[in-house]
Amino acid sequence: MKYTLVAWMRDKPGVLNRVSGMLRRRNFNIDSLQVSHSETPGISRMTFVVDGDERVADQVIKQMRKLVDVTRVENITDKPAVLRELALIRVRTTPETRAEILQFADIYRAQIVDVALDSLVVQVVGSEDKVDSAIQLLENFGIIEMVRTGRVALLRGSAGRRNGRRSTAVWRARANGNP
Amino acid sequence: MSTAPSNPGDLPRPADEPREMTGAQMVWEAMLHEGVKVVFGHPGGAILPTYDALAPHEAAGRIHHVLVRHEQCAAHMADGYARATGQVGVCMATSGPGATNLVTGLATAQMDSVPMVAITGQVPTNLLGTDAFQESDVVGVTQPVTKHNYLVTDVEELPYVLKEAFYIARTGRPGVVLIDICKDVQNATGIFRYDFSVDLPGYEPWPEYSPEALQAAADLINRAERPLILAGHGVQLAGVSDRLVELVEKAEIPVVTTLLGVGDIPETHPLCLGMGGMHGEAYANRAIQSCDVLIALGMRFDDRITGRLDRFARQAKIIHFELDKAEVGKNVVPDVAVVGDLAQTLPALLPLIQERRHPVWIQEINEWRQDTQQTDILNFEVDELIPPYVIRQLWHAVKERGQDPIIVTDVGQHQMWESQYFIHERPGQLLTSGGLGTMGYAVPAAMGAQMAYRDRLVWAICGDGGFQMTLQELATLQQEKLQVKIGIINNGFLGMVRQWQQLFYSKRYVGTPVLSPDFVKLAEAYGIPALQVTRPEEVVPALRQAHETDGPFLIDFQVKEEVNVYPMVAPGAAVDELIRRPRPAIVQGYSGVQPSW
Repeated sequence: MKYTLVAWMRDKPGVLNRVSGMLRRRNFNIDSLQVSHSETPGISRMTFVVDGDERVADQVIKQMRKLVDVTRVENITDKPAVLRELALIRVRTTPETRAEILQFADIYRAQIVDVALDSLVVQVVGSEDKVDSAIQLLENFGIIEMVRTGRVALLRGSAGRRNGRRSTAVWRARANGNP
Repeated sequence: MSTAPSNPGDLPRPADEPREMTGAQMVWEAMLHEGVKVVFGHPGGAILPTYDALAPHEAAGRIHHVLVRHEQCAAHMADGYARATGQVGVCMATSGPGATNLVTGLATAQMDSVPMVAITGQVPTNLLGTDAFQESDVVGVTQPVTKHNYLVTDVEELPYVLKEAFYIARTGRPGVVLIDICKDVQNATGIFRYDFSVDLPGYEPWPEYSPEALQAAADLINRAERPLILAGHGVQLAGVSDRLVELVEKAEIPVVTTLLGVGDIPETHPLCLGMGGMHGEAYANRAIQSCDVLIALGMRFDDRITGRLDRFARQAKIIHFELDKAEVGKNVVPDVAVVGDLAQTLPALLPLIQERRHPVWIQEINEWRQDTQQTDILNFEVDELIPPYVIRQLWHAVKERGQDPIIVTDVGQHQMWESQYFIHERPGQLLTSGGLGTMGYAVPAAMGAQMAYRDRLVWAICGDGGFQMTLQELATLQQEKLQVKIGIINNGFLGMVRQWQQLFYSKRYVGTPVLSPDFVKLAEAYGIPALQVTRPEEVVPALRQAHETDGPFLIDFQVKEEVNVYPMVAPGAAVDELIRRPRPAIVQGYSGVQPSW
């Protein structure tokens, strides 16, 4: 299963290296990782997707929290959240295909951000599935070049505002079959 | 400029007014504030300004520098010092090779939760990243083996980094913090201040325990018919050995310890079953596999204690008392976890525990124990010099002198024999590299411990292999006039590796026979009196002579070569599937293997 985790960290030199180094040496499997500024100056926000079972996700969160520069980690997998990826795709065009590509772009609410005689750059924003399916479709016309971000996530509505509470320390094991 | 503290004897001292000084001076000012008295290190180009700034402090007797012969040993000495005192150990090295030589020592300390600050010099900021002379990416290299580390490129940051480093090293689960300081930063002038509190928003060294979890733990313990405590290093770090004994006696719960937990409870206590795991006694491991509630205190379920995980204490409800949240559920998933400082959780648990007696369970364990003791080598007359005998006689000799010793072991067979045959009665009596298993640890770590307590009896016990990894420190030992006693269990092999080759690789001894110099002559070259022991009857007089000699002493115990450590849980096996000590009657035919105790 894929878990979406969000981490906040002090914006210090090498902090990304600390996180990625820890994930590598503890043999965790990371699907994507996205870092940027957050609303607080000096704090970076990282969204990353972990592939594994519940225990793995639990360990990733705890090991992340152990890093001194990491200020907060949250698992938003089961919470209502807006999950987005962005892709920029340069598609080969001919006079015959251009209109068709524009139509597909429209269906995906994608934007054309660059035009040349023999190509178009399509910008798709959406869930991972949506971006996947847009890419699959555009492949039929010939993708010359492509770049794609990892997942970014933000909780919906009021859920995003109060999340300071840590989980309780009684930690009953589900792995033993005892819910 | 720096002024001498008004009362150098009264350290650590409070922060005084911020004032201007060089980065190099800041390093020592911070150490004075932190109460550091000894630094273990080796100088070099990139750390020279800092060494120069030590001069006035060393002249005034405020901080003493111990010059090591290899930087690895600077870290091991700081480690031994820290384990013996509970204070932060400090080591220092130059850039490049100096810093990379530290790495083994840092990893050793970090794995065993030892509070340490390491300071390394770095090339000047304008040369960073240019592959300059003696440049290495120390922060990159040491990141996986430290709790945290810093590269300092601005002198204004330095006081904050220094204070944070000591704070992080000693708080929560202790660990190693490294500060890499560029040479120009050491020379630059800035404002030194120490009158601030450390602000680390994401760092939670002492998590609050949950009273509900504690109650759930108490309920399980109160209902248990066959309870067992598995006590680790955390008990000693939290200083709660007395509370552990209270708990054990109140509810009559037997205790198995980990290697680093040896001494959590006196091994003379009738409810102490000694060490468990790979070389734990059969009755200790059987107790683990047969208990119905396993109470893990300050330990992390290392593979050496659990053996095969999916068959570890399968029938037991597991309660995990642990400070480090990340250890909860890492290897073993507990039924109840109490996350918090044992110094708080254990006293809070005690009133919730009912007085109980478990006669059936205790009797069962004692029967297993008797069965083991019947086959113990020490109950038979053996005409050859065997290591368990040496260790037990060492215990007798120390006991006879009524001294409270510190035993520091290296890694391998002698380490396991020490844990089995020395009877530890106090926490902190045994210092050993448990997690990383670093050969060469004993001699330098013993010297570090002796630096802290110059009058105490400190024994370094090593094998002939491990001793030769760090024997250059004998010169340091003499330079510092330390009185460490060294016992070499010399069997001509890398014994533990040879044992594995014997048991699992059809006795092909590849790379394990060790040629050693004449250790007595070697010791004499360093001016250390020494003796060679080859017969059992020479052991006691030799130990007596070592104890009666002022200053250091070395004994080369030339023991029987192919002796094995038993019991043994083969790697990957469950802890009750162990290879028992061969019974004397069947020794000859034992698995076609030569008589091997």
